[in-house]
Amino acid sequence: MLRWIVWRDLILAWRRRTDVLATLFFFVIVVSLYPLGIGPEVQLLRRIAPGVVWVAALLASMLSLGRLFGNDYQDGSLEQILLTPQPAYLLVVGKVFAHWLVSEIPLVVIAPVVGLQFGLSENTLAIIVVSLLLGTPVLSLIGSIGAALTLGLRSANVLVAILVLPLYVPVLIFGAGAIEASIGGLSAKPYLLLQAATLVLAMVFAPWATSAALRISVE
Amino acid sequence: MLEAVNLSCARGERRLFSGLNFSLAAGSFLQAFGPNGSGKTSLLRIICGLTAPAAGEVRWEGTKIRRLGEEYFAQIAYVAHQNGIKDELDPVENLRISCGVAGNVLSKREAQVVLERVGLSKQKHLPARLLSAGQRRRLALSRLLASPARLWILDEPLASLDDDGATLARNLISEHLSNEGMAIIATHQEMSLSAGQMQRIEL
Repeated sequence: MLRWIVWRDLILAWRRRTDVLATLFFFVIVVSLYPLGIGPEVQLLRRIAPGVVWVAALLASMLSLGRLFGNDYQDGSLEQILLTPQPAYLLVVGKVFAHWLVSEIPLVVIAPVVGLQFGLSENTLAIIVVSLLLGTPVLSLIGSIGAALTLGLRSANVLVAILVLPLYVPVLIFGAGAIEASIGGLSAKPYLLLQAATLVLAMVFAPWATSAALRISVE
Repeated sequence: MLEAVNLSCARGERRLFSGLNFSLAAGSFLQAFGPNGSGKTSLLRIICGLTAPAAGEVRWEGTKIRRLGEEYFAQIAYVAHQNGIKDELDPVENLRISCGVAGNVLSKREAQVVLERVGLSKQKHLPARLLSAGQRRRLALSRLLASPARLWILDEPLASLDDDGATLARNLISEHLSNEGMAIIATHQEMSLSAGQMQRIEL
């Protein structure tokens, strides 16, 4: 059953690819604007790289959240999904997973490429990939709570930002910390482990909160 | 099998209805009549379990539906005012995916048979956004055919349908009732079904 919901969301995303590409372009543009704006001073670029990559990932993720449930809510498919004899928890896990594959994985893939503009070493670029791999699912999971709570509300985008950004801060701190450690020649492992722990916590609690929020929004 | 006990519903400050009681057994259907805004859709959503009533409860075979949760959802099929179909998918995909998500796997062949029954076989490979309103409604109704649900909860099922479509819908519902099914229908026009015990509610 999980297969069906993931497959469904993947096909739908493929048929509306422009939405998905927009998030990717946003990420690339934001990250690339900094070296252009600040100048080629390598030391400075290396200092800001961790924050810039992670803030861009965060903002791009937030922009994509409307797509998670919004479309289904508007055409009435969301309530159909909630009326199936499947635990809402699993449905949420499936949708969030598909959303992550479509909205966040492209960021993870492109990040080392745009990271080259910051004069980072190969090792650091690898850490960027791992850090994003561990952190972006958390962004999708936490973001799904905000998306579910603000369904159908008028200023949904602004509200999602207010709800979700504070919860994103730990992800930002640990993620950027991992990259920074690597740039400084230290081991990124402690930060990556913290990211992994956040991921486990998010995987356990977020879908439950999101499905409760969905039931409220659909009422 | 389905019982509504002392249901009351409020929309904001307004009390839409209160003290509503009825029960529905196999082979019977309930028509909820009322003008726009009288609470027909709200009643249906309470029966589905999507909304909680302001007071009272709904019971399925003696147990509160709140308690049954997903077990109850397995017994119902809801066709809302909105069709719940995806514009980007064609009818075959729409049907197979919505069944698959519900845990009911339909092969391509089976889906095509269902679509033929509702008169959509020529359109089966067109994305749903290219279908007319009546065709989309037929697609929404096709889900009922593919579902094992015993209770059909229908909100204005004849909306957007032409005469053929309306006849088709009536036949589908009548057949369902003849097979020991049940239905609750919100409508502003008489259903005139050829089978089933009817009950009426005026909201």
